[in-house]
Amino acid sequence: MSAPPPRRLEPSEAGAPLAVLLPFRPPPPAAFAWPRLRLVHLVGIAGLVLVVGGAAHAQASGARLSALEVIWRWLPLLMWGFGFNILMSVLSMALGTAAGLGLGLLQIGENRLLRRVAWAATQFFRNSPWLVLLFFAMFMIPFQFTVFGHTMPLPDWVKAVIGFSLPVMANMSEIVRGAVASLPSGQWEAAESLAFSRRQTMWRIILPQCVKRMLPPWMNLYSLITMATVQASIVGVSEMLTLTSQVHAAEGGRPDLLAPLYGFAMLCFFLYCYPIERFTLYLERRFQLNQ
Amino acid sequence: MLMETVARWFLDLYETTGINLTIVYDAYDRQRFLSGLGMTIYLAVVCILISIAIGAVGAWAQGSPLRVVRGLVNGFVVIFRNTPPLVQIFFFYFGLGQILPRIEDADGMRVPILTNVQWAIVSLSLFAGAFNVEIFRSGLEAVPRTTTEAAQALGYTRLGVYRHVLLPLALRICLPALNNNLVNLLKTTTLAYAIAVPETLYVSKQIWTDSQNVPVMMIVLLIVYTLLVGILVFIMHRWEKALAIPGYGQGSGR
Repeated sequence: MSAPPPRRLEPSEAGAPLAVLLPFRPPPPAAFAWPRLRLVHLVGIAGLVLVVGGAAHAQASGARLSALEVIWRWLPLLMWGFGFNILMSVLSMALGTAAGLGLGLLQIGENRLLRRVAWAATQFFRNSPWLVLLFFAMFMIPFQFTVFGHTMPLPDWVKAVIGFSLPVMANMSEIVRGAVASLPSGQWEAAESLAFSRRQTMWRIILPQCVKRMLPPWMNLYSLITMATVQASIVGVSEMLTLTSQVHAAEGGRPDLLAPLYGFAMLCFFLYCYPIERFTLYLERRFQLNQ
Repeated sequence: MLMETVARWFLDLYETTGINLTIVYDAYDRQRFLSGLGMTIYLAVVCILISIAIGAVGAWAQGSPLRVVRGLVNGFVVIFRNTPPLVQIFFFYFGLGQILPRIEDADGMRVPILTNVQWAIVSLSLFAGAFNVEIFRSGLEAVPRTTTEAAQALGYTRLGVYRHVLLPLALRICLPALNNNLVNLLKTTTLAYAIAVPETLYVSKQIWTDSQNVPVMMIVLLIVYTLLVGILVFIMHRWEKALAIPGYGQGSGR
């Protein structure tokens, strides 16, 4: 049997080797694009319109301070409040991540009973409203506790941090479970054939690979918890939203000041959370390429 | 008769164990709690419907050939996704509610245009709607381009393609994500508490302030919300099954 005659090459591809013969080069990952200014501009314009609108409104009605001047005057206080929000978000995220990692590992552990309990706890805390959990923590945790004869007071904001860490814990538990489940089972089998114990497999082989998969949803969760920390004002923790209404009261409770003041609070959170969202998107896209 | 027996039993339960479920044996508290539950369900249902509409329209507008329209929709999505929902509610209710002109009601009183319940609906719908726009967009992106082209070749207009071909397919693709977001919306209705909308959390707080039964009401609240979420998830799963096209999507055609 003779080989079929070679296909005649098209003139355009006569010189160059066939594309399939070239060595495979993965497309380079797109560089992290800093948020383009278009959208930020839009927010800036919206914010400016509000502030200037409020200012015009205020100036029309006498020698009172404009909204912009009020915000400028109280800026240190408002920023202190915002910093407190960030602090609460970081602490509850740390607490919730640690607890959620434990709960997630229990969810995929070998003990059947513990697995059930961990699953139930995860679903329960994941499906409850954050505000209800916050109330739960505020009312059910004592305002002080005694360790070895020392009475330690537990300030409100610490209880709020614990309250926020409950939903973080549940969501983190699901993230861990999902990430471990998404790894190919060959990883487990290969580790077993190399005589790794279950614990070694988990900590040295499975979890390090999961970090990459867990990072984007984890950052998403952080962004959500940061935005949820303002709910602490409802239960009496003095954070940015509380201070905003106090500033409003200190300026005589003028109704035209409310929109610019709350608009300013929105702007602060936007400037903090929007870059996190963009970075999360970038990481998601990047990790998808490498999988 | 039955009600009385049940009430007596719960009163007994209180006297023997200290578990004080006033919402069962006390007619006034029961009425309050049920009306709060009704308000939560009302808020959730209305906001779910409006936010889905916002999502569908917004995703369509994102495909608009006009840059201004695309930019506006993107701006809306980005702003509402990245600011705290509670501040949004305050901004709408206190900020805009104060600036907007007042109208006269039937008794000649000057009242705000929108009540606190209506403001809660507006802001919660916009908040969830912004997420829905993104969800619908991801669903639209997953529909093969050839489907659009085929529909265009059959003479559908841009709106026609979207309404009769793209949206039904995209909806089926994005239902799991939509499900997630609607559960989130149901949980977010508790924020209406902050502007004194008498929903479940609000009335529960009134009840535990009156009856001093915080731990019991807390457990009741958590169970009630878990049940509500469970019902919503159940309905969504039924809907997902009902919409499934054989052979389309993951394992749906069984």
